[in-house]
Amino acid sequence: MDIALSSQLQVPDATRHPAPPRTPRRKSRSVIPGFGLTMGLTLAWLSLVVLIPLSTVFIRSAGMGVSDFLAAGFSDRALAAYRISFGTAFLAAVVNGVLGLLTAWVLVRYSFPGKRIVNALVDLPFALPTAVAGIALTAIYAGNGWVGQFLEPLGIKIAYTPLGIVMALVFIGLPFVVRSVEPVLDDFGAELEEAALSLGARPWQVFARVVLPAILPALLTGFALSFARGVGEYGSVIFIAGNMPYKSEIAPLLIVTQLEQYDYAAATAIATVMLVASFAILLGINCIQAWSRRRLAA
Amino acid sequence: MNGVLALSGRLQARHLLIGLMLAFIGLFLVLPLVSVFAEGLSKGFAAYGAALVQPDAQSAIKLTLLVAAISVPVNVVFGVMAAWAIAKFDFPGKSLLITFIDLPFSVSPVVAGLIYVLMFGMQGWLGPWLRDYDIQIIFAVPGIVLATIFVTFPFVARELIPLMAEQGRDDEEAALSLGASGFQTFLRVTLPNIRWGLLYGVLLCNARAMGEFGAVSVVSGHLRGLTNTMPLHVEILYNEYNFVAAFAVASLLALLALVTLVLKSIVEWRFDYQRGSVGH
Repeated sequence: MDIALSSQLQVPDATRHPAPPRTPRRKSRSVIPGFGLTMGLTLAWLSLVVLIPLSTVFIRSAGMGVSDFLAAGFSDRALAAYRISFGTAFLAAVVNGVLGLLTAWVLVRYSFPGKRIVNALVDLPFALPTAVAGIALTAIYAGNGWVGQFLEPLGIKIAYTPLGIVMALVFIGLPFVVRSVEPVLDDFGAELEEAALSLGARPWQVFARVVLPAILPALLTGFALSFARGVGEYGSVIFIAGNMPYKSEIAPLLIVTQLEQYDYAAATAIATVMLVASFAILLGINCIQAWSRRRLAA
Repeated sequence: MNGVLALSGRLQARHLLIGLMLAFIGLFLVLPLVSVFAEGLSKGFAAYGAALVQPDAQSAIKLTLLVAAISVPVNVVFGVMAAWAIAKFDFPGKSLLITFIDLPFSVSPVVAGLIYVLMFGMQGWLGPWLRDYDIQIIFAVPGIVLATIFVTFPFVARELIPLMAEQGRDDEEAALSLGASGFQTFLRVTLPNIRWGLLYGVLLCNARAMGEFGAVSVVSGHLRGLTNTMPLHVEILYNEYNFVAAFAVASLLALLALVTLVLKSIVEWRFDYQRGSVGH
C-alpha cells in the first residue's frame, strides 16, 4: 500500500490539492515515503514484544480479586522486600548524585592525563554484564577480599548486608548521573562562574547559587534514572546481598523465589507493584524534563 | 572552561577534586574490573584455560553468541523502522510512542522474564495451546531470545530517533526530487548519515544482549549445556564455589565490555559523534 502511495505523494502539491487544504493547521504532507509501512510494523512489533506481554501482568492481577492481590502483593515479606529495594536504591542514587556530579564536573571542567580513559570507563557499568559486576564486587568486599579485609577489623561488613546492595547499585547507577549532568555542565560554561566570582562571591556560594540551580533538572533526571535502575536491579545484587528474607532480600529476588515455588499469583502481584512504581518514576522523569525544557525556553 | 578566575581554575581545589574523582573511579570501577581477571587467573593459566574449554562453558558461549546473533539484527531492523517513522514524519501521539519504546528500560529484568512466563509458560495464556503443538518457548532457546529482545528493545531506536530528527528531511527530499526511489534514498542517503549512531546503538545493544542476566535467568530453566548462557553459567559455577572457573568465564564477558568501550570511544573520538540521548 505504501509504495503505491509514495509515488502519488511525489506529485506536486497543486495537482493534489486543487482547492486550498481544508485543515490549515495540519502541516504540509511529507514527500518522504514509508510512513505507513514503518509505522505499521513499528506498532505491530511494539505491541507483540512489549505491550501485550506487559499487559499480562495487569490482567492476571485484575483477575486475582482485591483481597488475594493485597495478601500476595503486600505480605509482610513483600513489604520488607520493597523497603529494602527502594531504600537501598534511594541511598545509592543519593551517593551517585554526589559522586556522579563530582565526576561530571571534573570531566567537563578540568584536563588531566588519562582523561579520555576515565571518560570511557564511566560507561563500564553499561557494558559490563550485571552478573560479572555482582561476583566481582562480592569478591572485593567479602571479609577476605581486597577491600573487605581492611574494613572487617573496623567492624564494617559490606558483603552479605544491605550495605553491599547499596555498593552494587552505586556501581550500576553511576553513568546515569554523569551522562545526564555532563552535557548541561558543558553548555553552561565557566563564564557565569567567573562573573559571580569577580563580583566577590565565595566559591561555595557560586556553586550553590549559580551552578546548582542551572544543573538541577539534569541532576534530578540522573538521580531518578539511577534510582529506577536500582529498584529493578537483580544480577549485580543477588551475589552480594546475602538474600536473607526480611533483611537483605530485594523485591526482584522475591519474584524469582515465588516463581520457583510455582506461586504465580504472588510473583505477579509483586511484579505489578514494581511495574506501577517504575511507571511512576518514569512519569516523574518526564515531568522533570518538561520542567527543564520550560525553564530553558523562559 | 577557559576561565582563570572560575571555580574550576583554583589550583588547590582542582587537584583535590581530580584526586577525589580518580580515587572514586579507581575504587568503584577499576578495582572490580581488575579483580575479575585476577580471580580468574589466581590458579594459573592452565586452570583458566580448562574452565573455558569445558563442554558446558563451550555450549554457554555458543548459546550467548546465537542469542545475540538473533536479537541484535531484529532490534536493528525495528530500531531503524521506528526511527524513520518517528523522526521523518509528524503525527499526534509521537512522544507517547517514544515513551512506549523506552518502557523496557524502566522494567525490572526479572519482570521482563516473568511476562513471557505468563504468556508462554505452562500456566500462561498460550501454554496449553503451545503444548498441544509441542512448541516449547519457556525453559528453551526461543524464550531466552524473546526476553533478550525485550530488554534490548530500545537501544537502537533510542540512539537513532534524536539523531535522525536532528538531521531533518532535506537530504531525503532532495534525493527523492532527483528521482531516487524511497528505498534508494534510504540506502544511499539516510543510512550513510546515521551509520555512526547505528553502530553506537548496535554496540550497546550487543553488550546488553550478551550480558543479560535477570530476564534470561527467569525464562531459561538453567538446563546445563542446553539453556545456559554465559552469565547464567557464571552464576552456576559461582554457586558451586568453583570460583576460578566462574571468574574465568566472567573475564570473557569483561573482555567483551572492554572491547565495547574501546569501539564506542573510537566512534566518539574519530568521528566526533555526539550522542543524542543519555545511554542505558
